[in-house]
Amino acid sequence: MSTAAGAVSGTTATPRRRVRHRRSPWRRLVRRIPFFLLVVIIIVFIGFPFYWALRSSLTPEGQLFTTPLHYWPTTPTLQNYRDAFSSGDFTHALLNSTIVAATLTIIALVLGGTAAYAVARFRFPGRNLTLLAMLSMTMFPQIAILGALYTLINKAHLYNTLTALIFSDLVLVLPLTTWILTSFMRQLPKDLEEAAYVDGATPTQAFYKVMLPLIAPGLVTAGLLAFITAWQEYLYALSFTDTPDKYTVTVAISSFTGKTGNAFQTPWGEIMAATMIVTVPLIVLTLVFQRRIISGLTAGAVKG
Amino acid sequence: MSSVDTTVRRAARKRSGTTRLQRKQMRLGLRMVTPALIAVGLVAIYPLGVTIYQSFTNQQFLAGITPTKWVGLANYRALIHDTAFRQSIVTTVKFTVITVFFEFILGMVIALVVNSNFKGRGVMRAVMLIPWAIPTVICAQMWKWMYDDVFGVVNDLGLRLHLIDHSVAWISEPRTALLSVCVVDIWKTTPFVALLLLAGLQVIPNELYEAADVDGASKLRQFWKITLPLLTPTIFVALIFRSLDALRVFDVFYVFFGNRPDTQTMAIYDQNMIVTIGNVGYGAAVSVAIFLIIAIFVAIYLTAQRVSGGRE
Repeated sequence: MSTAAGAVSGTTATPRRRVRHRRSPWRRLVRRIPFFLLVVIIIVFIGFPFYWALRSSLTPEGQLFTTPLHYWPTTPTLQNYRDAFSSGDFTHALLNSTIVAATLTIIALVLGGTAAYAVARFRFPGRNLTLLAMLSMTMFPQIAILGALYTLINKAHLYNTLTALIFSDLVLVLPLTTWILTSFMRQLPKDLEEAAYVDGATPTQAFYKVMLPLIAPGLVTAGLLAFITAWQEYLYALSFTDTPDKYTVTVAISSFTGKTGNAFQTPWGEIMAATMIVTVPLIVLTLVFQRRIISGLTAGAVKG
Repeated sequence: MSSVDTTVRRAARKRSGTTRLQRKQMRLGLRMVTPALIAVGLVAIYPLGVTIYQSFTNQQFLAGITPTKWVGLANYRALIHDTAFRQSIVTTVKFTVITVFFEFILGMVIALVVNSNFKGRGVMRAVMLIPWAIPTVICAQMWKWMYDDVFGVVNDLGLRLHLIDHSVAWISEPRTALLSVCVVDIWKTTPFVALLLLAGLQVIPNELYEAADVDGASKLRQFWKITLPLLTPTIFVALIFRSLDALRVFDVFYVFFGNRPDTQTMAIYDQNMIVTIGNVGYGAAVSVAIFLIIAIFVAIYLTAQRVSGGRE
């Protein structure tokens, strides 16, 4: 589309303008230098910490703790990655985080999706109340219910279990999916379902046969954001787990002692390797679904 | 004859069918939101009620030692004289003001840059999502290593570029501790703010700028007269989101400082009180206080938004 438009405007551009462009390519370039400098600065500022973690994860442990620093891994090694997995705790943590985040995503998509469909499509008493409840939950400080959850979880004998985390993280994830899916479903035209009703479909049939295929992209967006949110959670995971076999990745990485760790030196090479293992899949996912994620993140923000 | 008959009958069926459909939809709608509402009640509203109740008791985590009893406002009275909590409020508010300010300014610059047409715009948008995708705790660890006083790259770069004349222990030195944490948060969330603002910029119709160009308005003037006013609603949303997040900050501070008293945030003070010390009753009072402080911030923003909206 944009290339076609560019071609059209290129052919119809007035000769005078084209001459002007050809005459001062240098001035144009010079004028744009500060702008590109700014772009480069921004990209370096954003990208450098990530690069440094990658570089540190590939540098042998011995070389990490020598000065002067090398800005490029001269003798790259995967030893840090092997060490990160050596104790088994990190593998456990990866598994735990995946279980918690995946379960939460499914629960939040089912509960949030049905609620969002009803809110976006039907008129019924309590419709605005539902939206209000979800919106106020997104502003909810997690810490405000920490003590209550802590006592409730202990009373239910769920302390140091993944169930406790799934239960308590729902406060973060459910409003998110409901909100994104509601704004997504409101954009879809009603005509299709109405056509289904005219053809004699029940509301349930209309939902499964007509709406569900249409909202699949919305479900992907909401699901991704839900998964990433659950994956990042720290406060509850730190407070409600006790033993390394129940840690999630965030707790594991923040309390990494590692194979080479001792009282004097934090095993930064291993930590950076663990960091890479946890973040690279997230970054790949994010880049693949870039457009969807941005639309989900900004849902509702523009309309105010 | 028969065809007219069937048309009439079909019309009648259709009429009664719609009302039945509406009733059906209403019942279905209620049934569909109920599970979500029950979940909200269970994980948010009920615990909030429990927290408020607990704040009026002397509940300890190990309840066997001191039996739980109603103490009225005693927790709240103690809270007023709690200097450690007051210190944590100051730290949190300082952090919030610094980070939200810089994230907004830098986010605006980045959004404007990405919004202008240039090659590599897609690459830049992709790069912007990287800090957002990295969990906060992990960002904190990455930066903690970069801040290392002997082998950290921040000191190394600073020395090479002659910005500092000796290595600094950024995290442990009280003078630079808050600053070092703020930089991490700014790095992590500026791109998010930029994305929000960018979404707002993209719905401003191009014709406005074209008309302003024709009228000979400078770029700066266009920014003040077109971009900023039309972006105000988005700016408010971004500021509210960021402030709420900053006020409940926990992760970065905890990874950097643990429970170090001079750099506790409200959330860390509370978590420590409840989980480590086990003073659930007093911790609940702290929770309620945090909740109210955040509510006050929201109220200020909403009032400001209404005032600025009324002026236009």
